[in-house]
Amino acid sequence: MEIDPFIFRLSIFILSIFIGYYVVWSVTPSLHTPLMSVTNAISSVIIVGAIIAGLAGNYENIFNISSIFGFLAISLAAINIFGGFLVTQRMLAMYKKKKGKK
Amino acid sequence: MISANLSAVFYLISGVLFILALRGLSSPETSRQGNFFGILGMIIAITVTFLSIGNFSSGFVYVLFFLLIGGLIGAFIAYKIPMTAMPELVAGFHSLVGLAAVFVAISAFLNPEAFNLGFPGEIKLGSLIEMSIGAAVGAITFSGSIIAFLKLQGIMSGSPITFKGQHPLNALILISIIVVTYLLCSTQSSNLFWILLAISFLIGFLLIIPIGGADMPVVISMLNSYSGWAAAGIGFTLENTALIITGALVGSSGAILSYIMCKGMNRSFFNVILGGFGATEQSLSSQNKEQKPVKSGNAEDAAFLMKNASSVIIVPGYGMAVAQAQHALREMVDTLKKNDIKVSYAIHPVAGRMPGHMNVLLAEANVPYDEVFELEEINNDFANADVAFVIGANDVTNPVAKTDPQSPIYGMPVLDVEKCKSVLFVKRSLSPGYAGIDNDLFYKENTLMLFADAKKMTEDITKNL
Repeated sequence: MEIDPFIFRLSIFILSIFIGYYVVWSVTPSLHTPLMSVTNAISSVIIVGAIIAGLAGNYENIFNISSIFGFLAISLAAINIFGGFLVTQRMLAMYKKKKGKK
Repeated sequence: MISANLSAVFYLISGVLFILALRGLSSPETSRQGNFFGILGMIIAITVTFLSIGNFSSGFVYVLFFLLIGGLIGAFIAYKIPMTAMPELVAGFHSLVGLAAVFVAISAFLNPEAFNLGFPGEIKLGSLIEMSIGAAVGAITFSGSIIAFLKLQGIMSGSPITFKGQHPLNALILISIIVVTYLLCSTQSSNLFWILLAISFLIGFLLIIPIGGADMPVVISMLNSYSGWAAAGIGFTLENTALIITGALVGSSGAILSYIMCKGMNRSFFNVILGGFGATEQSLSSQNKEQKPVKSGNAEDAAFLMKNASSVIIVPGYGMAVAQAQHALREMVDTLKKNDIKVSYAIHPVAGRMPGHMNVLLAEANVPYDEVFELEEINNDFANADVAFVIGANDVTNPVAKTDPQSPIYGMPVLDVEKCKSVLFVKRSLSPGYAGIDNDLFYKENTLMLFADAKKMTEDITKNL
């Protein structure tokens, strides 16, 4: 009997939870705010679903209800992607070591 | 057009890059590289999606258009936002992830052919379950984050809103979400899909309103976690590895942060979620308020004490953020350092309104991160320090948490500020902190209260040094 592809995705999911668990515990507490903003940005990879929805319309009917929701989701996710990564960048650029001490 | 297998490999690569992005945050030196990995992963995921659809004609221009609009808004916000407003920003961003998940679920429900999930009314059962979970969690994330945002922004009162029958009502709605999901999967009725979304929005709203302002670190972390699970639910629907990996990472990241925040307050997760903390104790403390002697001083006294100290520990809290005093504080510290006084910063895990909030503010004011310490690292140093300078913090220094089992904050880890030779307490009034309890520290022999705005007081002290 063949294994349902769902089981493979479930395996990826469960293993990723464990990876997440160990990786996040190793994040230094002083970077917890950038951690939140960067997780925000990467969870907006949901934009791939929005793009599929947005491109699903055909020539006659680009703006059917389904693709309109897709377009809206693209904008929302894009706000998060750009906003999230840029604000993280901005924060991380501020973390500096003491001058002269290596 | 690239093959499904090839695009799956690329999605896996971007998933791995996202893992590296979080991994980079283990130290400030590697963090910028980590952020770069995250951006790279995102670019790969988006490019591969375009290539795998291969339809560059009809909707493509519009997709780019909406992408650019969103991108411009996001970039604008990212450059304009003051660092003190990070909690609001993050809450706002969470709501957008939630809403995006809801929208994607809606379009997948209305047009399942585009996602290879079957036909309207005949969506594959597994996909429908995954879609419902993604949509419900997304909706909860959205409305919950909106409430958190309004509370943080001060548009909505930060005090908990409770009413009779709140918990049974919430339980009832949660059960009905499960029932509706079950019915939706067996009947494929679109009406039930909309009902599911509506009650999920409602429960998100109801879950957050009873939680008070200072519990926001937990709420934000929790919503962070929810947004991850919503993304993972959609990832299963779309059979997309990048989304599944990311959802799992974000979900567990938020859960760990909530755990750390709860531990910082010595409260169980359920205690925070059920809410209402601080509402009852407040009335109690105002009743037995007695006049106890307090020593108050001015900037000159404070400057004198610090000038004669050899080491000073600074304890910042949310009040510093409110007063925007971080730059003034760093100037004061620079002056102290010129006088060969050793200065370090002590940060309580729940100081501020989100995890790591104080660290970002100090970093913004050019405080080197190796002068900033966590509670466990620095707590033993208070006994050897001459002056503790508490600016905008209160409950996290209250010795009552160690001595009085009756106190609502008993058992919470606190900074041992009272062990310092002298304590300077910058505060606007004697009013109790968020937990609604008096701070014994105010009445200690070695405490000098400095009643003023945090920023103004810090500037005045600098002038007197």
